[in-house]
Amino acid sequence: MVIQRLIPRAAQLINNSITLKQTNSRNVILRLISTSQCHFADRYFTRKHEWVQIDGKIGIVGISDYAQSALGDVVFAQLPDVDSVLNQKDECGALESVKAASELYSPISGRVVAKNASVEETPSLINTSCYEKGWLFKIELTNNKELTELMNESQYKEFLKSDEHH
Amino acid sequence: MLLRRLISSTRICAKYSTETKNAIATALYNLHVKEGGKMVNFAGYYLPVQYNDLSITNSHLHTRKNASLFDVSHMLQTEITGNHCVEFFEELCTADIAGMHNGAATLTVFTNDKGGILDDLIVTKVNDSHLYVVSNANRKEQDQKLIMNAFNKFKNLEMDSNINIRFYDPSERSLIALQGPKSAQVLQGITNVNLSELYFMHSTLANISDVDGCRITRCGYTGEDGFEISIPSRKVTDIVETLLKNDTVRLAGLGARDSLRLEAGLCLYGNDITEQTTPVEATLTWLIAKRRRGLGNFLGAQTILAQIKDGCQRKRVGLLLESGPPARHNAPIFNSEGNKQIGMVTSGCPGPSIGRNIAMGYVSTEFSKIGTNLKLKVREKMYDTIVTKMPFVKANYYNKPK
Repeated sequence: MVIQRLIPRAAQLINNSITLKQTNSRNVILRLISTSQCHFADRYFTRKHEWVQIDGKIGIVGISDYAQSALGDVVFAQLPDVDSVLNQKDECGALESVKAASELYSPISGRVVAKNASVEETPSLINTSCYEKGWLFKIELTNNKELTELMNESQYKEFLKSDEHH
Repeated sequence: MLLRRLISSTRICAKYSTETKNAIATALYNLHVKEGGKMVNFAGYYLPVQYNDLSITNSHLHTRKNASLFDVSHMLQTEITGNHCVEFFEELCTADIAGMHNGAATLTVFTNDKGGILDDLIVTKVNDSHLYVVSNANRKEQDQKLIMNAFNKFKNLEMDSNINIRFYDPSERSLIALQGPKSAQVLQGITNVNLSELYFMHSTLANISDVDGCRITRCGYTGEDGFEISIPSRKVTDIVETLLKNDTVRLAGLGARDSLRLEAGLCLYGNDITEQTTPVEATLTWLIAKRRRGLGNFLGAQTILAQIKDGCQRKRVGLLLESGPPARHNAPIFNSEGNKQIGMVTSGCPGPSIGRNIAMGYVSTEFSKIGTNLKLKVREKMYDTIVTKMPFVKANYYNKPK
């Protein structure tokens, strides 16, 4: 929830920054950068369009807006069971839409500590709220260093613009 | 009739493929893009999977209730004219074209000498010296070769034949499918043909929206009433735009086309029927016309006629899933105990109109009876399924009153 509150604030700052830059206010720009790091730094993306958001030792995993849109109406979510131990890039479940099945890969190594029962019940949450209500599972990280292999939000946006993601 | 490529490409490319390199644009390409079509390379053609403003599920449901417009210009349209063209074409397929009256159309198959299916197609008998054929895009090259080889052979035997074969390029002739219960009402507003007298599997030339030389065939791939309309490509955008002025008509893509045809129990070439399956195994025995069975004069007759008489080892069946994920192409089918694999799924998806997952596949004949409980394996888990009569959704064709 902290993150949610930060997003509008960061956005506001970005908007302001255009005018502020013109006045060459160094302090404000620095503050903007630190705020955006705080906001963006803790959601990482894989090349297969999963995201993981870090909260202490726990990572919350979901799929990106691009992925949910490409997949279309999700009708079935198969999520990893609690206590399963996953390595980074392990296939750990699948999402099914009308047109196709899409495997789910763990963005990070660790032990699954929770799965989102609401998503199993109502898979369309993945379409309507892929970064919040549509989270998939929570994982206790065993190797924080793996995060460096993932993309932050702006890197991911660049990645989507490139042809590589196809 | 070829969504497998799409699905397999999405698997290879992890999430979803929008790869559109080296594909051919149909005459409606600009219109698709303008209308928000999500374009993919499908059997070598740029075609929309769906449109931005309508999910596949909603597009599917819209078709069953109203009318949807599909661009199927990627399919191969062929005209065969000349004396003996019926005789010539019967050598390739299993239909009784000689016995059809003028203006009638039928589904048929090209077979090989082992009884395998080389393609499925609709042949319209315009008259004794004129046939109009629509076959699959992903079999275009093979079909053309097959027809040309047969043509060369036939020409040598029948010296007096003046058969002429014309394969239409999508830049010359486009094909659109208007499907759904409101199709007739919509089309009637812009054509000179009295559609109340054009029954299911019948075809006629028509003027549509002041364009002459269109051909309307009352058929489709959704299980609904509807039409496939062949139009000179330079006029197709105008006609589609005119049709779209009607509020009940929405554009639909390959996604809805696949789920609609599966609910209707219709086969997709390459998935549900292949060179390795015979019409009898595919429960398409009705495609082997009575007169042709008597004569036994089609490729693979020996195998096919023996299977009609003595039965075959496996059969195509419909499967309804109790719960769990949809079982897709290549999912293994097990007996009810789950200890013996007895078949394989060839197509499967959620059925938006029935709200359940559906599939078709081949099982050993002893397990093919309607009501048989079986199991499906999806990602190492077993799910209950039951052999179910197809179509899964009642067909809604405009049949001639008996």
